[in-house]
Amino acid sequence: MTYPKGTIIRATAFTRINHWTTATCFVLLVLSGLAMFHPLLFWLSGLFGGGQWARAAHPWVGCVLLVSYLGLTIQFWRENLPNRSDAEWLAKIDRVVLNDEQGTPEVGRFNAGQKIVFWGMAFLVPVLFLTGLLIWDIYFSTYTSIGTQRVAVLMHSLCAIAAIILWIVHVYAAIWVSGSMRGMMHGYVTPGWAWRHHRQWFRSLVAAGSRGPTPASNDDLGKADN
Amino acid sequence: MADLQTQDYIRRSASTLTPPSVRNYEQTVAKLIDVSRCIGCKACQAACMEWNNLRADVGRFEGSYDNPMDLGPSVWTLMRFTEWENPNDSLEWLIRKDGCMHCEDPGCLKACPAPGAIVQHANGIVDFISENCIGCGYCVKGCPFNIPRISPIDHKSYKCTLCSDRVAVGLEPACVKACPTGAIMFGSKRDMTAWAGERVDELKSRGFGNAGLYDPPGVGGTHVMYVLHHADKPSIYAGLPNDPHISAFVGLWKGMLKPVALAGMALATIGTFLHWITVGPNKVEPEDEQQAEEVIRSARGDSE
Repeated sequence: MTYPKGTIIRATAFTRINHWTTATCFVLLVLSGLAMFHPLLFWLSGLFGGGQWARAAHPWVGCVLLVSYLGLTIQFWRENLPNRSDAEWLAKIDRVVLNDEQGTPEVGRFNAGQKIVFWGMAFLVPVLFLTGLLIWDIYFSTYTSIGTQRVAVLMHSLCAIAAIILWIVHVYAAIWVSGSMRGMMHGYVTPGWAWRHHRQWFRSLVAAGSRGPTPASNDDLGKADN
Repeated sequence: MADLQTQDYIRRSASTLTPPSVRNYEQTVAKLIDVSRCIGCKACQAACMEWNNLRADVGRFEGSYDNPMDLGPSVWTLMRFTEWENPNDSLEWLIRKDGCMHCEDPGCLKACPAPGAIVQHANGIVDFISENCIGCGYCVKGCPFNIPRISPIDHKSYKCTLCSDRVAVGLEPACVKACPTGAIMFGSKRDMTAWAGERVDELKSRGFGNAGLYDPPGVGGTHVMYVLHHADKPSIYAGLPNDPHISAFVGLWKGMLKPVALAGMALATIGTFLHWITVGPNKVEPEDEQQAEEVIRSARGDSE
């Protein structure tokens, strides 16, 4: 994989494929799930070839998402561990949202907002999967009581709404912070982007002479031919 | 049940508009099952199978008079037998014809996400319109009586129709027609309630002090009612719920959560859009690039 000269690698091809697999599954799940959640949105089931297809496809897509999100978790969990400066960053969130990052703490590969999205999904995805299994009638309805399934379907809906709201924030943040989308689409960002938004991460790459995404990835940084 | 009349709906699942309801000048109906007169002959089961062309797979004997052992996609009514030891030292053989109760406030219809897959006619009958059913199983969770069954073959939900096709043309349900003892009666809900009152009085005069009518108010009353000789404890009749009502979990899921969730998603979207048109994008400035380059250059300089 080649990246334009002088850029920093934000996400490897594997990470990007993994991310967009998850994203595709998530969008399909939101569309088919909302169709079954609210009568005003039932028309969305037409995108899947009708209500019966939407209902049949939804849990299978969910299984793919679980595996896919597990891949993201393995790649990202360590860099999403909370630290002291996250609290400081969150305390100054009002300045962050106004594009005035002067005086906010330097951020590692992920900021506190991204960590909240990551851990929020890391909690919600397994809960959605497990509650979803309980209400996947054709295979699992006989294993639990109807009373249990009622609780499961309510929890499934609550968690889905929470996940959708997190997702809206996640998508908007990628639009808002210019250059982020290219980072996940094509895998690279400019050094200025890394300096502005993830300075601690940038410094760690420079110190290691790595072009990213992690200090251990390579030793190409600053070499004439990259 | 495929539906011939679509202008007498009083409720339609997953629908936000008023369903076609102009033909609603009719009395509500009820089936009255007098448990005290039932002899357990299963003629009602046979009549149901015959009229509706239902044949369940042959099952296995499991040491019970119940045959088959449970309701199913093609078992819409079922005699349930209970040997109950009365505390006064007598053994009573309780027989209850189980099946859809046709609730006035149907939990299945409330839970159903597919528009028009479950409807309630002006006469009170709750019917499944199979062509609209998506096989999600939500009706099973909505029902307080554990009635609907999903077919593993076609993934549609099935239950007693109260012979809506027969009732629509002025006939009584097949089970009523077949009952040899008059234990199953059919008519207007008012007539059936009055008739039940006479039966209850008679049972009381014969020593069944707790005899009564089962028309549970928790679901707004039902269009299938029982005369029970022990109406104080319905659960002895093979688990008939003492006080059925739509589960609070289903109520929350199909009630408050729907508007709150839509509002939450809308607010999140509107909020981000307002941010976009007021604060706008966070762009990398030329100074950011310069400073980054300096950091890289000085690092390379140090290492050389």
